[in-house]
Amino acid sequence: MKNIVYIQANGTLPKAAFEVVSYAHQLGGTVTVLATGSLNSDALSVLGSYGANEVIVNRAITGNDDQTIAAWLAQHIAGAHNLVFSHDFNGKAIAPRLSVKLKAGFISGAVALPEADGSIKVNVFSGKAFGYVKSNTAQRIISLLPNSVAPSMTGNACTVQEVNESMGDSRIKVLSVKKPEGTIPLPEAELVVSAGRGLKGPENWGMIEDLANALGAATACSRPVADIGWRPHHEHVGQTGVAIRPNLYIAVGISGAIQHLAGVNGSKVIVVINPDSEAPFFKAADYGVVGDAFEVVPKLVEAVKKFRANS
Amino acid sequence: MKILVCISKAPDTTSKIAFTQDNSRFDENGVQYIVNPYDEWYALVRALEIKESSGAEVTIITVGTTSDEAIMRKALAIGADEAVRIDSEPNDAYFVATAIADYAKDKSFDLVLTGKETINFNGSQLGGMIAEALNAPYISIASKLDVSGNTLTLEREIAGGVEVVEVSLPSVVSCAKGMAEQRIPNMRGIMAARTKPLQVLAPNKTDQLTHYVAFASPSAKSGVKLIDPNNMDELVSLLHNEAKVI
Ligand SMILES: Cc1cc2nc3c(=O)[nH]c(=O)nc-3n(C[C@H](O)[C@H](O)[C@H](O)COP(=O)(O)OP(=O)(O)OC[C@H]3O[C@@H](n4cnc5c(N)ncnc54)[C@H](O)[C@@H]3O)c2cc1C
Repeated sequence: MKNIVYIQANGTLPKAAFEVVSYAHQLGGTVTVLATGSLNSDALSVLGSYGANEVIVNRAITGNDDQTIAAWLAQHIAGAHNLVFSHDFNGKAIAPRLSVKLKAGFISGAVALPEADGSIKVNVFSGKAFGYVKSNTAQRIISLLPNSVAPSMTGNACTVQEVNESMGDSRIKVLSVKKPEGTIPLPEAELVVSAGRGLKGPENWGMIEDLANALGAATACSRPVADIGWRPHHEHVGQTGVAIRPNLYIAVGISGAIQHLAGVNGSKVIVVINPDSEAPFFKAADYGVVGDAFEVVPKLVEAVKKFRANS
Repeated sequence: MKILVCISKAPDTTSKIAFTQDNSRFDENGVQYIVNPYDEWYALVRALEIKESSGAEVTIITVGTTSDEAIMRKALAIGADEAVRIDSEPNDAYFVATAIADYAKDKSFDLVLTGKETINFNGSQLGGMIAEALNAPYISIASKLDVSGNTLTLEREIAGGVEVVEVSLPSVVSCAKGMAEQRIPNMRGIMAARTKPLQVLAPNKTDQLTHYVAFASPSAKSGVKLIDPNNMDELVSLLHNEAKVI
């Protein structure tokens, strides 16, 4: 079986790149990584240790344009059984295009390896359920939700072939890029500290940031908090915000409404801090602290700092 | 300017998600349907804002059955000018995208808008598929959209940030939070919606590339372990030793 993985490689490789290569390796057969971007070949050869047999990197494409990337990929996938993407901004744009171009079934948002019957488990109803989807075509496209399958090291570095295959100019012109400095992007974060209306006002987020910094976590929030402008929109998690699957989700002053839970109940471990022991979030939690955030969170920050200092 | 907004129906966000006994289908018993929030709050409302500021004709399109007409009337009540329903069960994104692209291809739409995903299938597939079928540029997960003449300026999500881009019409855009604010239809809109055109078309023959074999509910949590608020060392120790997440 032949598997192809697409990754974008401009800066350091994100964890998602190791996840998709590991996933393709576990599908069985060979793994060819098709990459675009400027990351040097040494850094790319590391993908071999996650199961890639070879990496082909196209230096002529450096941007995010899904149309030129899809056109390039389409030239290199003859005979491939599986095409694997991360279900991130890139995969969400390129994979559907390829599905139409190749007339190959697209299984979007996979969370596990294929079942015995060939179907693949995907996230549906915004985390409230799972579906098992099968492709009707022999060649299939899979996008993998970040943080679903742990990357595993299996072999050694692999060969990297550099090519320069221009697919023409992008029809989309990039005017500028805004990147928040030093923050961990939410969908990729393994640890997340989130807070809601129970915090009473934006001036009280200092302790949330302290906790996130002590843990090395990203920050998130409930929807009303983003709507009233206490926190930026990109932090809003839930059914109508970002859906996340971190290893640890700490919810402070969030009641746990069904729409909020939908976006976070894929988290491996949930901790809830809320003075109302009847708050619905406790039913979805692994660990709960019934208490006032203004007393509990500073104590938790100290405890985490002490733990980090001793480990 | 002609704008096509793709809308789909989704279970109300408070719905309990359950499946039929053999787990093969979503159990619609007692479920209220709404317009998929991304389609309504962002794609449709932004289309209407463009209509109000610079003039546009806004068509909504759904691939669905008769039961979808209630949410289509809601979209008309919010302000869309006309509606098209391609009469078929929407079971596969490729099927839906091809049906929409077939309808759109000779109607010279300047802009095709979708929501960034549906809240029931979370696929983020439709926009890219329609763009490919129409050979149009695709700007996905856009949180801002402005039109000036023949040019669109957008902000869209990229790895850990936002990219500001420019593209010519015609284009396909998937819409996310930030682009517009939800609007509640008023009485006049609701009355007017009753007589706005809603055309029903038969789908062309196209294939389905995927199908669902089953659904499952997530396993329930085994129960919360409560920690003394004065003993945060214990919580940290449990997270480290028991849960192994830090
Ligand atoms: C169509 C639709 C879509 C939605 N989508 C989303 C979504 O994507 N994401 C989302 O989050 N919401 C969403 N919502 C809103 C959702 O229904 C809830 O209203 C929202 O999640 C509540 O936010 P909250 O928990 O921060 O606030 P509240 O419900 O007001 O809860 C605040 C909590 O803080 C606790 N509290 C009070 N004081 C303290 C203290 N001192 N210390 C600690 N805790 C304290 C309270 O006990 C309470 O439990 C959606 C709603 C609709 C209708």
